[in-house]
Amino acid sequence: MKFPLYLDNHATTPMDPRVLETMLPYFVEKFGNAASRNHAFGWEAEEAVEIARKQLARLIHADPKEIVFTSGATESDNLALKGVVEMYREKGDHIITCLTEHRAVLDTAKALETKRGIKVTYLPVDKTGLVSPDDVRRAITDKTILISIMLANNEIGTINPMKEIGKIAKEKGILLHCDATQGVGKIPVDVQEMGIDLMSFTAHKLYGPKGVGALYVRKKAPRVRIAPMIDGGGHERGMRSGTLPVPLIVGFGKACELCEQEMPTESVRLAKMRDHLQAGIMNSLEEVYLNGHPTQRLPHNLNISFAYVEGESLLMGVKEIALSSGSACTSATLEPSYVLRALGVGSDLAHSSIRFGLGRFNADEEIDYTIKRIIEIVTKLREMSPLYEMAKEGVDLKSVQWAVH
Amino acid sequence: MAYSEKVVDHFNNPRNMGSFKKDEEGVGTGIVGAPECGDVMKLQIKVQGDKIVDAKFKTFGCGSAIASSSLATEWMKGRTIEEAAKIKNTDIVQELNLPPVKIHCSVLAEDAIKAALNDYKKKAGESK
Repeated sequence: MKFPLYLDNHATTPMDPRVLETMLPYFVEKFGNAASRNHAFGWEAEEAVEIARKQLARLIHADPKEIVFTSGATESDNLALKGVVEMYREKGDHIITCLTEHRAVLDTAKALETKRGIKVTYLPVDKTGLVSPDDVRRAITDKTILISIMLANNEIGTINPMKEIGKIAKEKGILLHCDATQGVGKIPVDVQEMGIDLMSFTAHKLYGPKGVGALYVRKKAPRVRIAPMIDGGGHERGMRSGTLPVPLIVGFGKACELCEQEMPTESVRLAKMRDHLQAGIMNSLEEVYLNGHPTQRLPHNLNISFAYVEGESLLMGVKEIALSSGSACTSATLEPSYVLRALGVGSDLAHSSIRFGLGRFNADEEIDYTIKRIIEIVTKLREMSPLYEMAKEGVDLKSVQWAVH
Repeated sequence: MAYSEKVVDHFNNPRNMGSFKKDEEGVGTGIVGAPECGDVMKLQIKVQGDKIVDAKFKTFGCGSAIASSSLATEWMKGRTIEEAAKIKNTDIVQELNLPPVKIHCSVLAEDAIKAALNDYKKKAGESK
């Protein structure tokens, strides 16, 4: 085993060496500008970009012409929300999204509220993190111009019922945007079947390079129009100007192709590994709680709370394993994860949560090692925890008058 | 954010971790913080005469909170009650090189020291 172990694949994934290999010729030899129409350098670059566009489109069941390259999912989310609002402002001023969206959607929605006077409905989720299609339907008004719901949550991995939500959006004639950053390449995504009109995703979450993302923009039934945020040379059908980063796009394409080929076996392998990790930890420790949906979740995601142990100290105790905590004690706000709060997880357990994100390059022995170390450190920190001691003495922690600071 | 060497050392080798019986003679107990806020500290002192002869802690919190309370027990041992009352959170910040976002851990440790001393004084007053 090579240390530190990497189990934080929701944050980013290592690039697949096969992806790098595909990219390399496009830095020095094939350096052309894909927008150069008058010479072979440009044609070569353009051809490479179009191959990649096809690879992306294939993975999500779209037409290559419906792919707009961006710098990443954050830009795609911004472009989708702001671009739709600017284009359809006369039709209405209402957007529907949900509380557990990524900050790239939530903060964009907030900016539209304050700067553009848009009204935003933030739908709640159930205790497993699911958005209810009925809630979506009820929130729609005659002023609604966009629904933006994520495919899979980045913390808890819960997969939303996009097909049902898409059906409602179609029925009401409202555009549906989906932040599919965590899902594309990991689970089957079909924009036709799901009724998605705009969809954000990015290369670095699926073993591609950082710095390139895409926005799917439906061309037919309906033809979606968005106002650009970046003006210039009119690249990407005028929706996103700027010289295309050809090597990154080539890598993104290859990464999508590999995901498409390997998904049937890889998702099964990861789910098996994840289930082993979950069982290994939960069968050995008491008062460990799963966050998210027990089955309707990403195959490589595991998010659990360890009662009486604070998440950041847990991470500190297993420094040789790269993990993520739902407790943001390092941030200035000291607020635990807003996603877990939206699920109704108490702040005490939200502070105790750990996210495991498995990936293509993890091996079984790494999971066994992780199980062993997590059990060790949780046991040690519980010995050190006054809360655990009180609970063992029979004190009901909820009845204690804590001095909230 | 990387932790300072001293924080890592206290985290890996906590000093005086454990508990005294709360009703034991000469023991003062201070519990501060709240689970909702992500940190709870329990500091205990054992006093003979006016001297703190032993101290123990248990902490639920981040590495800096654990280190702050571990350090507090080290500093309290051997001091008189009056001397221990003079330990300031800024001393802990300095000793452990705590970054600004972790200053609240040292404040909590100072509060825990005061709470333990007050509990002892209250109990001693009652038994007189």
